[in-house]
Amino acid sequence: MVKTLGWLAAASVAAGLVMAFGVAPREVTQGNVQRIMYVHVPLILASYLAFVVLALASLVYLVRRDEAADRVAHASGEVGVMFVGLGIATGSIWGKPTWGTWWTWDARLTSVAILFVMYLGYLLLRGTIEDRERAARYCAVLGIVAALDIPLVHFSVYWWRTLHQPPSLMKPGGFTGSSSILWPLLVNLIAFVLLYAYFVARRVRLLRAEAEAVA
Amino acid sequence: MNLEPIVRVVDVRKVFGLVPVLDGVSLEIRAGEAVALLGANGAGKTTLLKILATLLRPTRGTATIAGHDVARAPEAVRALLGVVAHGAWVYDDLTARENLKFWATLSGLAAGADAVTTALAGVGLERAADARVRTFSAGMKRRLSLARVMLAQPRVLLLDEPFAGLDQRAKKWLEGRLEALKAAGAALLMVTHSFGRELGVADRLAVLAGGRIALDTARGSLGPDDIQRLYAAHTEDGL
Amino acid sequence: MSYARRALAVAWKDLAVERRSKETLNALIFFSLLLLFVFQFTLGGDRERLAAVLPGVLWLGFVLSALLALGRTFLVEREHDCWEGLLLAPGDKSAIYLGKLAGNLALMLVVEALVLGLFAVFFDIDLGRALPGLVVVVLLGTLGLAAVGTLFAGMTANVRARELLFPVLLLPVQVPVLLATVKATEALLLGEPLAAVGHWVKLLAAADVVYLAVSLLTFDVVLEG
Repeated sequence: MVKTLGWLAAASVAAGLVMAFGVAPREVTQGNVQRIMYVHVPLILASYLAFVVLALASLVYLVRRDEAADRVAHASGEVGVMFVGLGIATGSIWGKPTWGTWWTWDARLTSVAILFVMYLGYLLLRGTIEDRERAARYCAVLGIVAALDIPLVHFSVYWWRTLHQPPSLMKPGGFTGSSSILWPLLVNLIAFVLLYAYFVARRVRLLRAEAEAVA
Repeated sequence: MNLEPIVRVVDVRKVFGLVPVLDGVSLEIRAGEAVALLGANGAGKTTLLKILATLLRPTRGTATIAGHDVARAPEAVRALLGVVAHGAWVYDDLTARENLKFWATLSGLAAGADAVTTALAGVGLERAADARVRTFSAGMKRRLSLARVMLAQPRVLLLDEPFAGLDQRAKKWLEGRLEALKAAGAALLMVTHSFGRELGVADRLAVLAGGRIALDTARGSLGPDDIQRLYAAHTEDGL
Repeated sequence: MSYARRALAVAWKDLAVERRSKETLNALIFFSLLLLFVFQFTLGGDRERLAAVLPGVLWLGFVLSALLALGRTFLVEREHDCWEGLLLAPGDKSAIYLGKLAGNLALMLVVEALVLGLFAVFFDIDLGRALPGLVVVVLLGTLGLAAVGTLFAGMTANVRARELLFPVLLLPVQVPVLLATVKATEALLLGEPLAAVGHWVKLLAAADVVYLAVSLLTFDVVLEG
């Protein structure tokens, strides 16, 4: 099952690349650099998904003390931090020629940076505690606190600044970009979500093998 | 002496990271009985004690106290336990009386000032009751710890090297107190390193080696030398 | 009610120990004075620049002191080997949380009042009209910091590298509190009424409720072992 997921992910990533570089049109003002968006946006959105999964798995663990839930949270945290990191990097690569700067403290970027640091803290906590059961419990609590904090972070940062491009995919009125941008974006989004799921599945399998080796 | 064991450890395994510290430990203790747990450093004695104290969960196997599983019903277990650990659990900046009052309130005991005074008298600390614990000797702190435990009237007592660091007089006193607790029906598990007189309190000896109970025998009339020989025979500790 | 008595017992115990040893309070006061001097040396000369950065600098001082105070929440238990005693105390552990929170709040508010007073005196700031609003913001902000801080202090109490881990875990989560308090303080010091920063105050209140609720519900889990 995991193998199929892997092939599916690989196939959709390939499709995504083709669409991003072959099918999608060259953007008028930004040039070819804009194509990074087809990677950057899905990475960030997939990392949001990773975070939601982490929070839900943490809740399930606390309620049912099911180790499988903890493994999913752990794996999701690892893949999530990687995706956020790459997302920030690709965003910067796009930002330099487009905005003239690698970084700016606008609402969206600041929120993502905070999310990144929270993820890192989560993994740091995991790494520091040797007792598997205690690590699972503490990380579950941290995961839930962080998840409940996200709306607060979002509002506080948004009220503080707004410079980022207004969200085009998630505005109430619907997507306003042209459809030739929408399709490559969606294909890549699906590709990265599949990639996320594949990585998490592999990692969970590895974690379970570790647990079974010692029990 | 009741025949039904109040402490039951069944095939307990505990793994830290990738290292198995306990690898199939089984042990039973009856009410009014004291078991001395011997073993080399790192053998896992304190780990077993912590599992029974609900401070650690076993990786596999079960441990129950009065029928309550330590992993699934820790609250019920804690209500029956008295633990005298390495640390005395006393706040240096508080007086002996204040310490007891604090622990009693925290444990939800309705211990009034009289009960506290009685407990302090029971361990011979009535004159030092209002002195700060910072000024206490190791023996006095151990006695205060025991007073704390006795206030709760536990059915099971877990002791981690209770005689360590005590002078002869304090050791003798502690022996007496432990015998009294046994007579009142408490079950005792005593982790210990020494083969001396202190083992006199124990009804049974258990040796933990290789992650398992290598020897579980009645102490009977065994003297310190016999015990030492038995111990050496079952462990790699050739001392 | 046993729950309230247990919480009070913990709070009383911490304050009694603190009153007799004076360790934490002294450390915090000394630290605050140090901050004051450092800020004076780096910013004191230029009054305009100082006025512009004052809200941030003030809350930086509060947060750094908070990290110091909150990080020490379970220090007395660790030092005297009493941590396991807390773990084995029967009953609802959230009573211990409340007791510790109360102790932390008392300590933090005392130090903040001191810092605020010192800042007003040494940087010649007229707190006058802003004071009632400031008090509200400081109270709400401190509660937010202390609520999660006490929970995380429990989580990191017995962990390797706790001095590094504690701020790393706490600060990102506290960003909403930091933003809200600094922005509100800025407006208040410029003479705006409290109503003008109503949205920040509401955010702080909402944050406090969320943090307290989560901490009360999960502290038992943290103190399981």
